[in-house]
Amino acid sequence: MTGPQLLDSLGRFLGEKLRSKTEFRGETTCLIDPADLSEVARFCKEELGFDYLLDITSVDNFGDEPRFEIVYELYSLGLGVHLRLKVRLAEDTATIDTVSDLWPTANWHEREIWDMMGLRFRGHPDLRRILMWEGYPYFPLRKEFPLEGLPSDMPDVAFTSAAPMDGGPFVTRPSTATAKDREPRAHPATEE
Amino acid sequence: MVTPNLAPAATREQLPAAYDSKIEGNVIFTRLDAAMNWMRKNSLWPMPMGLACCAIELMATASARFDIARFGAEVMRFSPRQCDVMIVAGTVTYKMALAVKRIYEQMPEPKWVIAMGACASSGGMYRSYAVLQGIDRLLPVDVYVSGCPPRPEALLEGLMKLQGKISTEHSFKSQKRALVEKIESLG
Repeated sequence: MTGPQLLDSLGRFLGEKLRSKTEFRGETTCLIDPADLSEVARFCKEELGFDYLLDITSVDNFGDEPRFEIVYELYSLGLGVHLRLKVRLAEDTATIDTVSDLWPTANWHEREIWDMMGLRFRGHPDLRRILMWEGYPYFPLRKEFPLEGLPSDMPDVAFTSAAPMDGGPFVTRPSTATAKDREPRAHPATEE
Repeated sequence: MVTPNLAPAATREQLPAAYDSKIEGNVIFTRLDAAMNWMRKNSLWPMPMGLACCAIELMATASARFDIARFGAEVMRFSPRQCDVMIVAGTVTYKMALAVKRIYEQMPEPKWVIAMGACASSGGMYRSYAVLQGIDRLLPVDVYVSGCPPRPEALLEGLMKLQGKISTEHSFKSQKRALVEKIESLG
């Protein structure tokens, strides 16, 4: 079976565990339930041959329900095809099974997601923060967290304070506008 | 820079014959502070606190083309116990900040700090939750070098500014305060 054939027949392999499948510009994305993740991931690795986990990322769809999304980028070295798995996580649970027992590289990816987005991984061997320090009270990549940061203080361990943000081209507003309009300059050109 | 106070030749001949003529030419008169400062400023051993891309320019400064050795600061020491000046070259994150402070505190007095580049001076373009907005929030900075990153010439200029600052210090008085007070009390 070739790679494209495998991707075409994913529905047959995954059955009802495949919630939806989208194709966009040659990339296949499968949406699955959080509860099915470890089973589907194991199947993808051991039966379908996706032996390489490229990356795990997380998305904060602030305002939507469920709020969070975790994206697993799989690759099959044997077939040379990519597969993207997505799960959606509600904010109140914000917990999902680890895949670090299948792909050891997931260890640090999951620690980063815990550190930056505050999503927990059940069964992770060592779920500590990886970029910020233990005891930092916020999850900086969540949408409600301001770019300039919030003051925090741990005596003799670490501290932060809010960065000055006046008048710099620091904040990009998400939109379809041009870069010039998305990123206001420090000193905008005066209108004549 | 304080020029060593060499007496002109004509005066030397009129001095009482207390000096051995063989060493006569090697004696110079100067203030103790000037001598101490002169020695200090011409052998500044840097602590290369390279944290980001500025460290590349710092390495270039140390290399043959720009040759920081011309200013006596070529002895990069990776032990803070042997350093005189900490060159903070790069972005200081909050996670790194207290390590930088701890290394600074391990350096023996007298010690100086050069904040090299925009990030070390003010946080630079990183207006962010993760970056300390200038190392001067933790350490007393003597010289700020602007640039992103600064050219090696700019760092050398900063080093020369620091040398100028050192040469104006009251080294003996600040180092031996108790002794100076005792001498003054003896009148």
